[in-house]
Amino acid sequence: MKTIPFNQLQETLYHQTMDNGLDVYVLPKKGFNKTYATFTTKYGSVDNHFVPLNGSEDVQVPDGIAHFLEHKMFEKEDRDVFQDFSKQGASSNAFTSFTRTAYLFSTTQNVMQNLETLVNFVQDPYFSDQSVEKEKGIIGQEIEMYNDNSDWRAYFGVIENMFHHHPVKIDIAGTIDSIAKITKESLYTCYETFYHPSNMVLFIVGAVEPNEIMSFVEKNQASKSYKDQPPIERFFDKEPKKVAEQKKVLPMSVQVAKCLVGFKEPNPGRQGEDLLKHELSINLALDLMFGQSSENYEKLYNEGLIDQSFSYDFTEEEKFGFSIVGSNTSSPDELADRLYEMIQSFKNEAVNSDQLERIRKKKIGSFLRALNSPEFIANQFTRYRFNDMDLFEVVPMLESITAKDIEEAVKGHFAEESFTVCQVVPKS
Amino acid sequence: MAIIPHEKTSCGGLTLHRIQTDKYKTTTVVVQFKARLTKETVTERALLPYVLQSGTKNYASSKAVRTELEKLYGATLGVDLAKKGDFHVMTFRMDFANEKFLSEDEPLFKKALSLLSEVIMNPKTDGSGFDSSIVDKEKRTMKQRIQSIYDDKMRYSNMRLTQEMFPNEAFGLHIYGEKDEVDRVTAQSLYDYYKKVCAEDEIDFYLVGNLEGVDAEKVVKELFPFEERTERQSEITEKASLDVEEKEILETQEIKQGKLHMGFRSGVGYADDEYFALQVFNGMFGGFSHSKLFRNVREKESLAYYAASRYESHKGLIIVMSGIEFKNYHKTVDIIKEQLTAMRDGDFNEDEMKQTKTMIRNQLLETVDDAKGMVELLYHGVVSQKLRTIEEWLDGVEAVTKEDILAVADKVKLDTVYFLKGEEA
Repeated sequence: MKTIPFNQLQETLYHQTMDNGLDVYVLPKKGFNKTYATFTTKYGSVDNHFVPLNGSEDVQVPDGIAHFLEHKMFEKEDRDVFQDFSKQGASSNAFTSFTRTAYLFSTTQNVMQNLETLVNFVQDPYFSDQSVEKEKGIIGQEIEMYNDNSDWRAYFGVIENMFHHHPVKIDIAGTIDSIAKITKESLYTCYETFYHPSNMVLFIVGAVEPNEIMSFVEKNQASKSYKDQPPIERFFDKEPKKVAEQKKVLPMSVQVAKCLVGFKEPNPGRQGEDLLKHELSINLALDLMFGQSSENYEKLYNEGLIDQSFSYDFTEEEKFGFSIVGSNTSSPDELADRLYEMIQSFKNEAVNSDQLERIRKKKIGSFLRALNSPEFIANQFTRYRFNDMDLFEVVPMLESITAKDIEEAVKGHFAEESFTVCQVVPKS
Repeated sequence: MAIIPHEKTSCGGLTLHRIQTDKYKTTTVVVQFKARLTKETVTERALLPYVLQSGTKNYASSKAVRTELEKLYGATLGVDLAKKGDFHVMTFRMDFANEKFLSEDEPLFKKALSLLSEVIMNPKTDGSGFDSSIVDKEKRTMKQRIQSIYDDKMRYSNMRLTQEMFPNEAFGLHIYGEKDEVDRVTAQSLYDYYKKVCAEDEIDFYLVGNLEGVDAEKVVKELFPFEERTERQSEITEKASLDVEEKEILETQEIKQGKLHMGFRSGVGYADDEYFALQVFNGMFGGFSHSKLFRNVREKESLAYYAASRYESHKGLIIVMSGIEFKNYHKTVDIIKEQLTAMRDGDFNEDEMKQTKTMIRNQLLETVDDAKGMVELLYHGVVSQKLRTIEEWLDGVEAVTKEDILAVADKVKLDTVYFLKGEEA
């Protein structure tokens, strides 16, 4: 077991790689009642084209299957795993993102027993034809719920606009038609390929003792017969730099319009420190451009083009990245134009160093605040880890980024051809 | 040691609550202003906190306030509105880093509280009212905020259900205010209302974090010098009457999924002894994934992705929510009603009760891990004027018997079934 202290943050992280390749991390949190654990596979909605374990040819699986699989992991031949957790005083859940599927529990008691339940249920799939069919009704309603959600539609609409081929443009849950094609067999294919321990991370944070956790996981994993697995081959078609569609307008049953603009990252492929630096640089730039202390924000708000729903974010994974900015608005076209102009003019200006120092402080403070949350630590640490980044390097990296770094990142990211707009407007 | 180390002192015109803990890297401040929810004041009150955070005498614009917050290592400031029983609560929240986790040693406590004091005590004025350009901007944003309730179908359905359940009572009002009333508000009338709030509201000031070496009482007294209240009004929430007839409200919009919301009255609130039994009842009925609603509506019949119930702690309500296909409306309503009947008939076993109590205990203890959650729990005691420690709460839940649950189940009465559906094909 490796001990990794972070003195300034007054935290210590413990790490061990098990013989079968599973990475386990423990972060004890003093004074907390709660323990929160996530068991995550590096497998999300974008991994729909790959060579199955022991297969010789690549396969294309139905849209929404990673999410469907996540639902079905909770059902076993004789029982429902939700109930196992709740009898042991834990609440359990799971989520699927573009690149990850995470299973989790939080509890204030019976930590070891719940941990055992978590590890065992994820490593013991049971799918039947009948239960697969039953789930289609439930997930169908989950899909319809999102279809009526105007924020979600605007968000996915702008991502859909950006990409020609990359499966990030496909809704995580798939569609009612695509999930109809999912079978017990296709679920097993995905499971066998992506749920090997060497493709997974277990993270435990809260009122725990690291030695006890590590030796428990060690024994548990040693009792299961995993064979070493070769690296997984995943396929992604070559994605042009240019966006697929420049504008989309979605009429919905709303009273207030929404406008989101997006930039597709033209040069993805970064990992590790490069990615950390790029992601933080673009996020600092967005704060400088559109933070609540910026001139742009003040102008847009005073002119009535945005309200408190205004938000912005940049995120990048190995194969794709994008920034999205937008708000509820009374004038969706005008807002799109203004946002575009503001971003272009920022590109041509030097970064103001006083502002940068302020925004840097703000980011460091926000990061400290986020560390109050066990959920944030476990989920973000895992996301960082899958991209060869270290969550606890955020503060040193923030401290080291210069005005020049930001200017360069901005020039690379906010390219004219990677700009797109999605609006939700009231149905007339 | 107590689960929440809570110290309460009267501090001029407000009540100061200190919660000393070293488990967070930040200090959280929550200031709650409480007054009755009324049709006459709901719109002013919904606008006021947004105007206050948009400019002070020394920081004349929202931009200036936000710049100052950033200098304080990204201190956050937020305002919020809530309905707690018969009260309309205005909240100011601030959160700032504890300097011992920063590489430089800046004392942030006094600076952060001074800024909050600016926002609450020293607003930007123009003659004898608020700055009218700020008020105009915030009125515009407010109208948009009210309109956007319509755009979130779950929130919209909740609002409609509450309106239908309380057509002639203040509780039926939405906390965001009345859209048609917004234009009536002026910089002057809002300022008059602000003066009234400062003089009459019941104010609770919470500090959560590592407060060692800080004379909180002195700082708060100096920065928030509210006049002592002449007579603390001992108003409490009137519970929703159980004398109602069941009604059905159907509404149509262009949507893909039907939203079914059912409102029940229980006659039990936070201050009552039966409150713990109500919590256990709700947990078994629709509060958790092992509940009757989740198992029957979702797992057994595949009718929905979510099917849950939640209780309102002061008015004494239980609200059931589920998203379903339009054609399954009657079937789902029937199943939900059957689950209530099953609860009344005592169709549950010792294990389910135990499981539910364990989950409630877990939920409470987890809430306490979050500074805001801790304040929420403590504030129930203020609203209901019934102080309970977390320990008492946990023991109360543990002691609930099957008879207690049956007694509550017997009281629970369906008031309104609200269904928002799509246009018929």
